Amino acid sequence: MTTPIRLQACGFTHADGTCALQPTDLSVEAGETLALLGPSGCGKTTLLRLVAGLARPDPGGCVLFDGRDVTDLPVERRNVGMVFQSYALFPNLDVAGNVGYGLKIRRVPPGERAARVARMLAMMRIQELAHRRVDQLSGGQKQRVALARALAVEPAVLLLDEPLTALDAKLREQLRVELAGLLRSLRITAIFVTHDQGEALALGDRVAVMRAGRIEQVGSPHEIYHRPRTRFVASFVGILNLLEGEVADGLFRLPGGSLPASGVAPGPAVLACRPEQLRLDPSGTLAGRIAAAFFLGDRTRLVVEGAAAQPIVVETVAAAPRPGEVVRLAAEPGCPWPLPPA
Amino acid sequence: MRPHFDPGFLAGLVFASLVAFFLVGPVILSVLAGVTANYQRGILESGITLAWLGRVFELYAPTIALSLGIALATLVATLLLGVPVAYALAKAPGRLARLAEEALVMPVAIPGIATGLALILAWGAVGEFRTHWTFILVGHVLFTLPFMVRSTLAVILAAKLPALEEAARSLGAGFLARFVTIVLPNASPGILAGSLMVVTLSLGEFNMTLLLHTPFTMTLPVGLADSYASMRLEIGSAYTLVFLVLLIPLLVALQWAADRATGAPRRP
Ligand SMILES: Nc1ncnc2c1ncn2[C@@H]1O[C@H](COP(=O)(O)OP(=O)(O)OP(=O)(O)O)[C@@H](O)[C@H]1O
Ligand SMILES: [Mg+2]
Repeated sequence: MTTPIRLQACGFTHADGTCALQPTDLSVEAGETLALLGPSGCGKTTLLRLVAGLARPDPGGCVLFDGRDVTDLPVERRNVGMVFQSYALFPNLDVAGNVGYGLKIRRVPPGERAARVARMLAMMRIQELAHRRVDQLSGGQKQRVALARALAVEPAVLLLDEPLTALDAKLREQLRVELAGLLRSLRITAIFVTHDQGEALALGDRVAVMRAGRIEQVGSPHEIYHRPRTRFVASFVGILNLLEGEVADGLFRLPGGSLPASGVAPGPAVLACRPEQLRLDPSGTLAGRIAAAFFLGDRTRLVVEGAAAQPIVVETVAAAPRPGEVVRLAAEPGCPWPLPPA
Repeated sequence: MRPHFDPGFLAGLVFASLVAFFLVGPVILSVLAGVTANYQRGILESGITLAWLGRVFELYAPTIALSLGIALATLVATLLLGVPVAYALAKAPGRLARLAEEALVMPVAIPGIATGLALILAWGAVGEFRTHWTFILVGHVLFTLPFMVRSTLAVILAAKLPALEEAARSLGAGFLARFVTIVLPNASPGILAGSLMVVTLSLGEFNMTLLLHTPFTMTLPVGLADSYASMRLEIGSAYTLVFLVLLIPLLVALQWAADRATGAPRRP
C-alpha cells in the first residue's frame, strides 16, 4: 500500500510565538522518498511532526493522506511509521518487545505477532538480538530496531528523523546503502530528514531544501545540485566557488586570467562553478597557485589562490600538483554560471 | 607481597567506629534493656528474656496492626494521587507547573504539629471523623504525598518519557495503553522508591500523629511514647526492638530502591 502525502498551507507556531514553519505546500508522491534537507533549526523536525500528527498545523493548514484530510486525526490513528532522532526505544521491553509493540497494540494474535516480529528482525538482520535489552545495543543496532519497530505495523507512510546522524561515518555509509535498498524494495512513501547533503542526494527521489522555516526548492537531486534556484540552495548543497569579476566581449575577466562567459550581460558579475566543473589544463586560460591539497582517497581537493578574489576549490583524480606550484584551469561548457537570486 | 598498611586509613576507621558507636550505642542499650529480665539488676545478673516482647504484643497488638493498616492505606492513597500528579507535572509546560514542583517541599518544611493542628481546626468538629482512623490517614497522606510525587517525577523526567510516549503513540497506542505499557513500567523505580519512603514515613511519623490520635487510634510511635510513659522501662525498650525490626528492613529496601531509581544504566 502506498499513500501520497500532501501538505496545504501548513505552518506551525510554538506557544511562545516562535514560528518554526511558515505556511508550506508540499506533496510527496506514492512510493516516493523525499529528503528534507536543511541546517539545524530550520524546521525539518517540525514539518515531519505535522505529517505524523504529533503536532497540529496552525489554523488554515491541512494534511492529506491519499487525498483524505487527516488534519484532525491524531498520530495514533494515522498509521505512520516513525523513526525518531534519538530512536526512543522502550527500555522496559527487549528488542522483540519493541518491534512487536505496535502489533500488540493492534491486538494481532501472539502467534502471528511472533512470526511478523521474526520476519522484521530477519529483514534487518538482527535475529540474534531478539531477546537483548535495548540498552545493550550499539548505535547501529538501535537504529535497525527502531526501523523494524516502525515497519512492523506496515505503515502507510514512513517518517525518518535524522536516522543516521547518531552513527559514526563508516556505519552511516553502510546503513545509508541498506536504507536506500530497503526504501526502494518496500515502495513505501517516505520522508527522510537530514542535514547531510550527501545523504539527501543519495537517498531522496526528490530533495526539499529548507531554510529558516520555509522550503526553498524541491526537485530531483540532479536539479538541486545543478540547477539551484536560490543562492542558499546553491551554497548549501555541495561546494560552490563564487567568482567576482567583469564580463566583457564574451569573456569573464578575473585576477588570474579569464573564463568563457556566453549569454551573461556585460559588466561586473558574480558567477559560480562547482569544483568538478573546473579541471587542470596546461592550455587553460586562468592561472593560479596551489595553496593547499587535500588527498581524499579517490581524488585530491585543491585550493587555488590568485586566480580569483577568493580561493577556488578544484578536484582532480590525476597526480596532484604540490602546494606552491602554478597551475592553469579550464572550465566545462556552461561554466561559470550566473548565480540565482539570493 | 606485603599487605599495604595505611595509617591514615586505620585512623579513619577508628574515628568512623567511634562516631557509629556514639550514634548507635544508645539504641543498642535500649534494645538490650528490652530483653533484660530485670533492668535494675542488670542483664548479666538477671538474664535474658523474651517475656517483655510478649507483653508488648499483648498490650499493643491493635496499635501495631492499626499502624500497618494506616501505612498501607497511605501507600494506596499516595499511589493513586501521587503518580498521576507526577505524570501531569512532568508533562505540563510553563511556569505554573514548575511552581507546583517547588511547592512540593512545603509540607516537609512545615512542622508536623502545625499540620496536625490545622487538620484538627478544619475537621475536629466533624462528628465521628475525629475519632476514626481515617483522620490520621488524611494527615499521613498530606505528609507523605510530596515524597511520592517527587520520587516519581524525578524518574519520569530522567526517563525521557515524553519521547517514549510519542513513539508509542506513533505505533497506535492510545492514552490508557501507553500509560500502562510504557509510563508505569518506566517510572516503576521511582514509584517503588516513593512507596518504600511513604510506608517508612507513615510508620515512623510521630509529631502530627501525637496530636491527631485518640486512645482508640494509636500508631506505632505514639504507642512507643505511651509505653515509655506508662509501663515498665523493659516494656518500652522491648517496644523499641519491635519498632526497629519493622523499620530497618524498610530502610534497607529504601536505600536499595533509591540507588536503583537514580542509578546509571540498569543492570540485568
Ligand atoms: N518548544 C519550543 N518552543 C519554541 N521554539 C521551539 C521549540 N522547539 C523548537 N523550536 C524552534 O523551532 C524551530 C524549528 O525547530 P525544528 O526542531 O523543527 O528544527 P530542525 O530543523 O529539526 O533542527 P535540527 O536539525 O537541529 O533537529 C527552531 O528554530 C527551534 O528553535
Ligand atoms: Mg530535528
